[in-house]
Formats: sequence, structure tokens, C-alpha cells
Amino acid sequence: MRGIGVSDIDGLIGVEQYEEVGEFPVEQGYVWTTCASVENGNPLFWDPEVAAEITGGPIAPPTMVSVWFRPHHWAPGRDRPGLPLQVHFDLKEGLGLPEAVMSDNTIVFHEPVRPGDRLATHQILRSVTDEKTTRLGTGRFWVIDVEYHNQRGELVAVESYTGFGYRRSARPEAGRESS
Amino acid sequence: VTVAVRRLLHGDVAVGDALSELSYPVTATTVVLGALASRDWRPMHHDKDFAVERNGTHDIFLNTPNQAAWFERFVTDWTGPFGRLGRMTFRMLGSIFPGDTMVFRGTVTDAGVDETGCGWVSVDISVSVDGDAKTTCAARVALPLTEDDNPWERRGGRWAP
Repeated sequence: MRGIGVSDIDGLIGVEQYEEVGEFPVEQGYVWTTCASVENGNPLFWDPEVAAEITGGPIAPPTMVSVWFRPHHWAPGRDRPGLPLQVHFDLKEGLGLPEAVMSDNTIVFHEPVRPGDRLATHQILRSVTDEKTTRLGTGRFWVIDVEYHNQRGELVAVESYTGFGYRRSARPEAGRESS
Repeated sequence: VTVAVRRLLHGDVAVGDALSELSYPVTATTVVLGALASRDWRPMHHDKDFAVERNGTHDIFLNTPNQAAWFERFVTDWTGPFGRLGRMTFRMLGSIFPGDTMVFRGTVTDAGVDETGCGWVSVDISVSVDGDAKTTCAARVALPLTEDDNPWERRGGRWAP
């Protein structure tokens, strides 16, 4: 969808884009590293007996769902780093909005994700507003859904992101994350 | 279930209940470990010079995916492993830096049983530094109605998060 312009937006609303299979299977090592990073002692992730009884075997923390799609920092044969929310970057580029922030996001959790799963995802642009001016600058808000399925085709999660792409009207406010 | 784990039941919860506060001193290690654990290689989460020069912040800062992991931990510390997250909505208000003490607080805002017989509670959570909310999270989590109930056994039309 690179090279889109304002007139192309309507045709992209609701369209599944960037169907992608994760570069690697869901793995226990990242589960432990993530739990360690936030000192999460939930026995579902540490005690196989508890996981067997409550969740029918080990699962990954639900909030990790996007982790399984962040591309390797480098991979053979790839000439530019992968971008995890490509529709967002397409909109920035296509609409000529060099800066962007994510104002809020929602994750809805369905089937549990398990070590060994090979997840697939696609992105769906849900909406784009007309130009608006905020404290940050002038630009547009958009909503992008990211849907995740497992190798059996079961929905495991849907993330919805609200982004604001804009042209700067003043120095960016300290503490905001530019993405 | 034969294993002994913490198990918060739906009937133990009332609107207005407060979750136990969690206070945590953030270091550069917290930020870098969290970024790499979530496979977020962007430099503002590990390179202070980049964060200062490019983002205009005074230091590296916690990334969003790792904050989600913190919120999950905060909720399931309260519910125990039978608690099953249905949805979380995050709002980013400001950044969290090394040297900050971040404080998680949560309040129950709703409790009910849906048409499939699943017990739900809603919780408003914030993580703040020096009293300023940095990120808020509205979470909806399923809790067992009885000792024999287990939200994780719900699938398809019986799971309506």
C-alpha cells in the first residue's frame, strides 16, 4: 500500500493487509524473560502442574501477543528493518505526516497462545479522520486493528491502535513517544 | 484442581474495592530488559543519547508492550492464575524513566455475569510517578464464580471478552 494518497483511503477501510506469519514459533524463553522483566510470579508460567490443571498446558502471557511479531533486528537477505505496524507507517508516508504518536490501544484476548504456536496476523485500517489541529500539530487520527490467529485458524487476539500522524507546529512535548 | 494457588472468586469482589498498591523503583535495567523481552529494538528504549537528542526526553523510557506486561502482572497478582484477561485499553499520558518510582493502583469499577454465565470484573488501573498518572489501563477480567468454575475452559461462543 506504499504511495497511498488521501483519495485512496476509502478503498482501504476494512481491507485485510499485510498477512504475515510470525518469524518464529511462540517460545518459552521469551515467556520467562518477560515474566522476569516485570517480576510476574503467576504459576501458570512457571509451574507446569498448575498450567496443566488450569489452562490445559503451558500458555504465554496474553499481553505478549504482539511480541511474537516483532521482526528480528537483522535477518539474512532483508535490506531494511521490518516495521511491525506497517499500515501506520504507510499512512504517515502516504499522507505526508512525518511525526506520529499512538494515543491509546486496546487488546482483546481470545484463545490462549501456547509455546510452539505459529501465529499469523493481518492489519485492517478501520478509520481515518479529516485533518485536525492539536497541541502537537496538524494531522489525522486513524484506527488500525491487528488480528492474530493461531495455526488452527482460531482467533487469539485483536489489537486496536489509535494513531495521530501530524506535521509539527512547535517543538514536540517532552516525554511523548514518537513512533 | 489439586494444586494450591491464590484464587479470587467473583463473589469476593465489590465495586469500589481497591487492589493492593505496587511500587517499583525503575532503573535503566528495568527499561532495557523490558524492551528486549518484548523484542522492541528501538533506540529510545536503550540509548540515552538517542532518547535525549531525538525524542527530547531526559533519558530512555519504558516501552508500551512492557508496560502491558506490568499491568497484566498487577491484575493477576490480585486474581491469581484463574483470573483470565478479556480486554485491556491503554492510554499513554507520559513516560517512565530510570530513577522514577512507579506506583500501580487499581479500583474495581464494575462486576457482573454475562449471558453465557461468565463472571466479569472491570478494573481501572493507573501507573503513576510522583502522583502523576503516566499510563492508565481499563481492564476486564473473568473470575471463577465458584470453586469448580474456571474461565480458561471457555471457548467460542462461551467466551465473550
